[in-house]
Amino acid sequence: MSILIDKNTKVICQGFTGKHGTFHSEQAIAYGTNLVGGVTPKKGGQTHLGKPVFNTVREAVEKTKADTTMIYVPAKFAASAIVEAIESEISLIVCITEGIPILDMIKVKERIINSKSRLIGPNCPGIITPGECKIGIMPGNIHKKGSCGIISRSGTLTYEAVAQTSKNGLGQSTVIGIGGDPINGTNFIDCLELFLKDEKTESILLIGEIGGSSEEEAAEFVRSSKVKKPIVGFIAGKTAPPDKRMGHAGAIISAGRGNAQDKIEKMKSCGILIAESPAEIGKTLYDKLAR
Amino acid sequence: MNIHEHQAKEILKKFGVKVPNGIVIFSLDEIDNKFKNLKTNKIVLKAQIHAGGRGKAGGIKIVNNLNELKKNAKELFGKKLVTHQTGPQGKIIKRLYLEETCDIEKEFYLSCLIDRSSAKIAFISSAEGGMDIEDVAKNNPKKIITTRLNISSTVSKENIKKIIQPFDLPKNLENQAFDIIQSIYKVLIKKDANLIEINPLILTKDKKLFCLDAKISFDDNALYRHPEIVSLKDLNEENPIETEAGKHDLAYIKLDGSIGCMVNGAGLAMATMDIIKLYGSEPANFLDVGGGASKEKVSAAFKIILSDKNVKGILINIFGGIMRCDVLAQGVVEAARETNLKVPLVVRLAGTNVELGKEILKKSNLKIISAANLADAAEKIIEATK
Repeated sequence: MSILIDKNTKVICQGFTGKHGTFHSEQAIAYGTNLVGGVTPKKGGQTHLGKPVFNTVREAVEKTKADTTMIYVPAKFAASAIVEAIESEISLIVCITEGIPILDMIKVKERIINSKSRLIGPNCPGIITPGECKIGIMPGNIHKKGSCGIISRSGTLTYEAVAQTSKNGLGQSTVIGIGGDPINGTNFIDCLELFLKDEKTESILLIGEIGGSSEEEAAEFVRSSKVKKPIVGFIAGKTAPPDKRMGHAGAIISAGRGNAQDKIEKMKSCGILIAESPAEIGKTLYDKLAR
Repeated sequence: MNIHEHQAKEILKKFGVKVPNGIVIFSLDEIDNKFKNLKTNKIVLKAQIHAGGRGKAGGIKIVNNLNELKKNAKELFGKKLVTHQTGPQGKIIKRLYLEETCDIEKEFYLSCLIDRSSAKIAFISSAEGGMDIEDVAKNNPKKIITTRLNISSTVSKENIKKIIQPFDLPKNLENQAFDIIQSIYKVLIKKDANLIEINPLILTKDKKLFCLDAKISFDDNALYRHPEIVSLKDLNEENPIETEAGKHDLAYIKLDGSIGCMVNGAGLAMATMDIIKLYGSEPANFLDVGGGASKEKVSAAFKIILSDKNVKGILINIFGGIMRCDVLAQGVVEAARETNLKVPLVVRLAGTNVELGKEILKKSNLKIISAANLADAAEKIIEATK
């Protein structure tokens, strides 16, 4: 078992014939993802990577019965690509694109409420269920089928946590990068809910960073949840100075809010064990489970 | 991206918000010529820097005549202003704003911003104008009203009523307040601002609402839609090394430690800084090389890291996903040769093509210390820089 995606997930790619869309679609197919086609306006009717290209998402869904889309279109057009997917009632939309204007994302959020779709990202590495389905830019070979669910705001730091849990044998049920932007489609709490319900997910890693308050809200959710599973957290940015944007649009300590120490205290107080070193995220979880 | 107060007021004025009449000057020579455009006897002289707390730091003066104005302007130009927001290094005053004064009856706080947790646009309003709003939030949270809006072209009447409720305005002044709220909202939507803060918004003795101070910051991701905003950027306010890094598509932020870092990905870059501290040293910078690392990019990164004279060694931490470790290693070797790198260099590679990458580093005959994992990397760079 896993959450959101598995070997039966039918995936299309928006921005299919572009440089990024092509490269990551190839990688996804090689990993075993059931990629059934792609969308590039004005290129409908062609075949790309051995799969059909459609002009619109609606057409792609009608012809392929796809239920999931991955979006690699440039930032200027990404919000309308997401809206197109929502209007076509795709159930899972994974948007990898970085640099989408925040007002565009507010409009997307209004459209997605009460829709049939869930959005992961934007500005995220994607989602993977090891051995079954890879949607995103993560290197597939570091993953290992297993029991740990990973949720992260970061990209390469997620790979670090994945590699550590693969090495110590825990493996992953599903790994989700929710993205580094201040406004995203799916947050920590949404993922926690799914992982807590999923029978095969026995433990959870929560990788956060400075900025905003989503880690604190997630900690509160963990405290009040009736279902309990071992959860280990890590927060990046203990050494980050205030009022400086640390790469991600969402990673900024402003007006004294969003700093690492407050997040760590809050998470600890809600029963989440904190890995103090990024080199010991996997070990902290392993030791907790061994106890 | 941030802009100056005088630029923010110019934008607000174009959208119909009342601001006091004022002029900006970049040198003392401009005073004689421009002074006559101001109509009040008293003039307020405001240092233009991108930081709050100017008043307390001595960056705002009220003067009664031309002589006083010149004397104070002379003192302010070139002065280093240190406020609670500038950090100890302060900011040099290079432009001044001269503004007509108003007779103030009441001061309010008003801001319009992107509220990330609700993913909505919000107004924050309070009767406690002119104060640090963070202090009010901490000490007197009931005095702050937050109004969250659904996105549309205008603000509804009910919402405006809620926003201005803490101002407790007489009925006949409500229309003025309505107009201000609509205008500010329009600026945020039309210009892709993240934050517009009016502190204080004032009611004058002759019953007019004026915006006395203004701060606007814009969404960097949306700047491509607004070349007119980009042209307002004041390079004096930017760190020159950070600007240089931006040209090479590198996200760099200078810190105070001695170990330079080069990492792919912002989260891992922060985690790398954190582990350096955890193992007993301090990071010299944040540097995210992003998704690709050619020889040119790594060379630029080396030069930028080493422009900080505190740097005693460099730690490169790459988890290859899209970026292949062999390509990165080739870039590191060539860049180290080209820049004639003298400080100790520890490289930790993981992910795609890691073995090939390590092989390239080994064969280079350069003094590159290879690390097995993140903890090993931190230990080795600290040992090498002792």
